[in-house]
Amino acid sequence: MTKETVLAAKQIVKELGSGASKVMALRGVDLELVRGELTLLMGPSGSGKTTFLSILGCIMAPTSGELCVAGTSTEGLDPEELAGLRRDHIGFIFQSYNLFPTLSALENVRISLDVRGQKGYKAARRSEDVLREVGLGHRLKNYPSNLSGGEQQRVAVARAIVSSPSIVLADEPTAALDGENGNAVMELLARIAHEQGRSVLAVTHDPRTLPFADRVVRIEDGLIVGEERRPEGLDAPEITDLNKRRKAHA
Amino acid sequence: MIFTLALRNLFHDRVRLMVTLIGILFSIVLVAVQLGLYLGASRMITANIDHANADLWIMPFGAKSFEDGGMLISARERHQALATPGVAQVTPIIVQFNEWRKPADGSTRVVIVGADAEAGAVQPLSLETGTWEDIKAPDAIAVDRTYLQELGIEGLGSSAQIGPGRVKVRALTNGVRSFTQSPYVYMPLSRARYLTGAAGTDLATFQVVKVFPGVDVEQVRSELAGRLEGAEVLTTDEFRDRSLTQWLFRTGAGVALIGGALLGILVGTVIVAQTLYSSTKDHINEFATLRALGSSSGYIHQVILTQAGLSAVIGYILGMMLALLVVLASQSSPLPIIMTPQLAAGLFSVTLFMCAISAISAIVKVTKIDPATVFSR
Repeated sequence: MTKETVLAAKQIVKELGSGASKVMALRGVDLELVRGELTLLMGPSGSGKTTFLSILGCIMAPTSGELCVAGTSTEGLDPEELAGLRRDHIGFIFQSYNLFPTLSALENVRISLDVRGQKGYKAARRSEDVLREVGLGHRLKNYPSNLSGGEQQRVAVARAIVSSPSIVLADEPTAALDGENGNAVMELLARIAHEQGRSVLAVTHDPRTLPFADRVVRIEDGLIVGEERRPEGLDAPEITDLNKRRKAHA
Repeated sequence: MIFTLALRNLFHDRVRLMVTLIGILFSIVLVAVQLGLYLGASRMITANIDHANADLWIMPFGAKSFEDGGMLISARERHQALATPGVAQVTPIIVQFNEWRKPADGSTRVVIVGADAEAGAVQPLSLETGTWEDIKAPDAIAVDRTYLQELGIEGLGSSAQIGPGRVKVRALTNGVRSFTQSPYVYMPLSRARYLTGAAGTDLATFQVVKVFPGVDVEQVRSELAGRLEGAEVLTTDEFRDRSLTQWLFRTGAGVALIGGALLGILVGTVIVAQTLYSSTKDHINEFATLRALGSSSGYIHQVILTQAGLSAVIGYILGMMLALLVVLASQSSPLPIIMTPQLAAGLFSVTLFMCAISAISAIVKVTKIDPATVFSR
C-alpha cells in the first residue's frame, strides 16, 4: 500500500553567507516523508542536516529547489504564510527543548495550541491528555527547572504533537539525554509515527537512535549519500547504501 | 496564554520590573503634579469669573485679566449697556490691586474685589465664617483663611489698613486662593471705590452683564460692541481664556508646568522603552521558539504590548497612589494640586500611550527574529 507523502523536497540547494565566505550547505537534496514512518537524518557536523531541517520546517528558505508541505508549495510564500504552514502541519522538537522557563509543563504545551487560536478549557484538556500520553500526567504544574532533561524533552514532544501535525521534525532529540531517557524519547517518537500515523523526521548523529528508525537517510557535505530502510517485519534497519548502489549501476 | 506569558515574562526579572515600575511611577507623579498644578492654577485664575453670574463682561480696552483690569470705566458704559435690547442687568464691580498694611508692621499686596451682593454679580466664594450681611457692616471685609499669616492677622475681628481706610475681617472664606499670591479681599462696591480712590464716583473695573433668558448672548455682544466706544465686551469664556493666557502663558508659568509634564512623559517613555527592550532581548529565544512553532508576528507583538500594558496598569496604580498623597498634602498650600476624574483618566491614557510607544523598540527587535536561531541553541 502506498503511504501518503506529507512532505516532498526536490533538488534543494542552500547557499549560506555571501562573497568569499559563501558556503554551499545543500547541493541539491531530495527527500520525501510519508505518514507512519520515523526517519532519521544522520550525518557528521557541518554536513547540512540542521540547515536541511530548517528548510523542511519552513523556517529557512532554500536558495533553489522545491518544497511541498502537505501538498502546498512553499515557493513565493512570505514569512507569515510560512508560519501558517508550520502552524497547520508541523511540530518541532529541539535539541535544547526550548521550553518557556516561566511556564509550567501544561502551559508550555498549551501555548502551542494558543498560537493556533485554540484556547480555553478544551485546549487545557487536550494539553493535559497529551502530557499524560507522554507519561507526564503527574508533572503538569511543574516548571522546566523542576523537570529532568528527559522530562523536559517529553514536554517538548507533547508540545510538538498536541496540535496533531502531520509532520514532526526533531533536532537532535537525544543529544542532551542519557541512554535511558534517550531511548524513552525515541520510543515515544516511534510510537507517534506508528500509532498516530505522523511522519517523524529526527536529525541526529546518535547511533543509539538507529534501532527505532524505519528509515535512515545519510547526508554528507550537503548531499544525500545513503538511505537505509528497515524492511517490514525486521527489528533493525537493513542497510541499503546508495553509494554502493550507484557504484553498482556504474 | 498571551496574558500569562506577558505576566510571567514581566515578573521573571523582579529587579527589572521594579526599575520599570519606578520609572512609570515617577513619570506619573511628575505628570500628575505638573498637570494638577496647571489645573489648580487655572481654577484659581478663573474662579471669580466662573462664579460670577455673568454672560458678558464690559471692560476697558487692554484689560488683561480679572485682577488686571487696567483703567476704570465710567457708568456711561453701564447705561448704554442697560439700554441695549436683551440686557437684563448690568452690575459694576471693582477689582484692583492695593496695599494691605499689616496691623503690626509691613505690608503686602491684595486684590480688592468690590461688588454689591444684592446685584448678584460677584460674591465671595466658599464663605466659611460670616455672611454677606456681615460684610456690609462698616469697614467689614472677607478674606481667605489661607492668607491670614500672609496678611499678618489672626482671623475674625482682626483689623488692618487698605489705602486710606481701616478694614475689619468679618467673614472668612476657605480655599479661595489667588494665583498672583495677592489675597482677594471681598467688600461692598462703595467701600471698594473708597479704598481705591474712586469714592463718590460711579467708576468700575468691569460691568458684568446678564442677559434675559433665551436671548442670544452673541447677538447682544455684537450690539454692545457697536455701542460702546471706550470699552470692549467679552463673553465669560473669552474673558476666562484671556485671564488664563495672561497668567499662564505670558508669564511662562503654564509653559513651565506643561513642559514639566512633557518631560515626565518623555522620561517615563525612555525608561519603559529601555526595560521592555532589554526584557524582549532576554526572552528573544522564547519569541524565536514561538515563531518556529508557527505563531504569527501579531501574536508576539500582542505578548509585548500586553507586557507594556501590564507595566502601565501596575505603574499607574502605584503612581496614582503616590500622586494622590501629594495632592492631599498640597491642599492647604497656597497653590493646591487638583486631581479630577478626567485628569486621572487622562493620565491613565497617557500611561498606556507611553508604554505602547515604549514597546515599539521591542517590537522592532522581535520583528527581526530569525526563527532558525532555535536550532543553534
